[in-house]
Amino acid sequence: MSTGTLAARPGLRRLLALAGVATLGVAGVVAQQNRDDVVVESLHVQGNVHMLVGAGGNVTLNVGDDGVMVVDTQFADMAERLIAEIREIAGSRQIRYVVNTHAHGDHVGGNAAISAAGAQIVAGNFAGQINFRTGGGNPAFIIAHENTLRWIQSPPGGGEAPPYEAWPTDVFFGRQKDFYFNGEAMLFLHQPNAHTDGDIFVHHRGSDVVSTGDAYVNSGFPNFDLSRGGSIQGYVNGLNNLLDIMVPFDKQEGGTYAIPGHGRLADEADVVEYRDMLTIVRDRIAAMIDDGLSEDEVVAARPALDYEGPYGNPETFVRRAYAGLAGN
Amino acid sequence: MKRMSRSIGLALLAVVVMLGGATVASAQQTLVGNWGPVTHEDQPERGGGPPLADWAGVPLSDEGRLRALSWDAGILTVPEHQCKPHPSTYGYRGIGGPRIGRIVDPDTFEVVALTMHIRWMEQRRTIWMDGRAHPPEWAAHTWQGFSTGRWEGNTLVVDTTHLKTGWARRNGVILSDDATMREYFIRRGDMFTHIYVLNDPHYLAEPFVKSSGFRLQDNDNVAPYPCQAVEEVDRPRGAVPHYLPGANPYREEFAAKYHLPVEAAMGGPETALPEFIKQFDTSDTALPPLDGQELADLLGFGAN
Repeated sequence: MSTGTLAARPGLRRLLALAGVATLGVAGVVAQQNRDDVVVESLHVQGNVHMLVGAGGNVTLNVGDDGVMVVDTQFADMAERLIAEIREIAGSRQIRYVVNTHAHGDHVGGNAAISAAGAQIVAGNFAGQINFRTGGGNPAFIIAHENTLRWIQSPPGGGEAPPYEAWPTDVFFGRQKDFYFNGEAMLFLHQPNAHTDGDIFVHHRGSDVVSTGDAYVNSGFPNFDLSRGGSIQGYVNGLNNLLDIMVPFDKQEGGTYAIPGHGRLADEADVVEYRDMLTIVRDRIAAMIDDGLSEDEVVAARPALDYEGPYGNPETFVRRAYAGLAGN
Repeated sequence: MKRMSRSIGLALLAVVVMLGGATVASAQQTLVGNWGPVTHEDQPERGGGPPLADWAGVPLSDEGRLRALSWDAGILTVPEHQCKPHPSTYGYRGIGGPRIGRIVDPDTFEVVALTMHIRWMEQRRTIWMDGRAHPPEWAAHTWQGFSTGRWEGNTLVVDTTHLKTGWARRNGVILSDDATMREYFIRRGDMFTHIYVLNDPHYLAEPFVKSSGFRLQDNDNVAPYPCQAVEEVDRPRGAVPHYLPGANPYREEFAAKYHLPVEAAMGGPETALPEFIKQFDTSDTALPPLDGQELADLLGFGAN
């Protein structure tokens, strides 16, 4: 259901709650919830960029003459509904790229189906490689950081890997990857050890929008996936990197927009509020560690009390922050 | 004679009906114009601003109080904080009054929206009067929020959602982005009273209600208010000024200066009630005479 405007749509609290539950999800584990009634809805942000919500992480579309780029793909069972919404917005334009901001199942579950619904232009030896991989198909490329490919191939804890067709095809291991698409520079900016060790921000530079994945959310406390290399300090660093990119239009409002991994559309002031929260709570936990408090004592002291209302139960967040700051 | 009396009666009835009709027709008063603040009420807060750690009468929740005690005014020197305007949850208590206009449908002449502009940091808001719905929860929030209004008799009633995390007082009383606001604009001649009722499920234990007066002005000028952030303090990247729990050095300053119990200054719904102070021994809390500067500070004279 494409609305294309800011008209009211009911049931979003339920959808956001469902998405929030899935934030901690890992590939192959979280696809058990009943999402039959979830409706994919969309909002034109600005320029080429649209924001889609359903179940799982928020999805970004970049739509233009070159085709469609899809940033994150929610759960596998959401793929058909996402593709229908993409067709509603983009018409017959081909899906050329799928991008994974990180490896979690609520962001990469639809990789195989959405990639297969698209097509990429390839030639030479690479065409042979693509055909070998897909058994003759010509799907859209899947872009990710190399660490994300690693976690999808080999989930921690012996989890089941998704099928080969869902794996990223186009990975990088440096600080950034970039190319032009739909008339604007696309920058894929690695954020080391934030939510995971494979997070990327996708900066749609001409449209002035950043797709952040779970390296910025505003529906709850951040989740540092320690098993995949996440850390509180890396997360704080990532938010400060995001603030370096974002420029408000006027009076600290508008201008660059961020589509968070979960939660609502945000501008710089919203990211500042979240960065401030995380920095303040980090400083409180660090001070408690300096005072010799144990992990349980820090949790009992409720160092994030004044943010529990907006962001929910902080226990997992505090314990993981403690682990990172105490060097455990 | 009897027939004449009956005619007069009918005429009077017609006049009453006409007046009644006129009253109904004029029920939707105009607020269009340039309004200046009348600051006889809460002048210090509306002038120079409230003292640090003075939250007496503010219905803070425990979470809101911790947030307020954590607030360091130094945060306003951080570049990303410098150009923030007052949110609509505070703007009418700040400097200046609103210039109110309206957007009229060119075909039907219906008032589609009222526009309001307060000079400091160019607080601009639109109050939609056409019955449109509020945006979805996942749409962007703004400093002024999304407002819809309606007339109830001569009172304009406005409901606002989609606010950014903002404030209700310039000394750390924070409102979350889940806060909502209902406002009443009541015009009497060349005056109007603005009343807001703030609700925040996180930082307020009860609705926070404030009223402010405004007077119609002849001068329709509203000067621009550009703002560009600058580096005011050399800090490490990402540093956020704040006080750790228990470390706010100004916690007791206001209470000590005005001989109040610290509990009163810490706010909470109970501190708004006259009964609150009766539980304390106030026999030694008589204020000493104020010198000229203290009086000026208290009244906010010379502040901007």
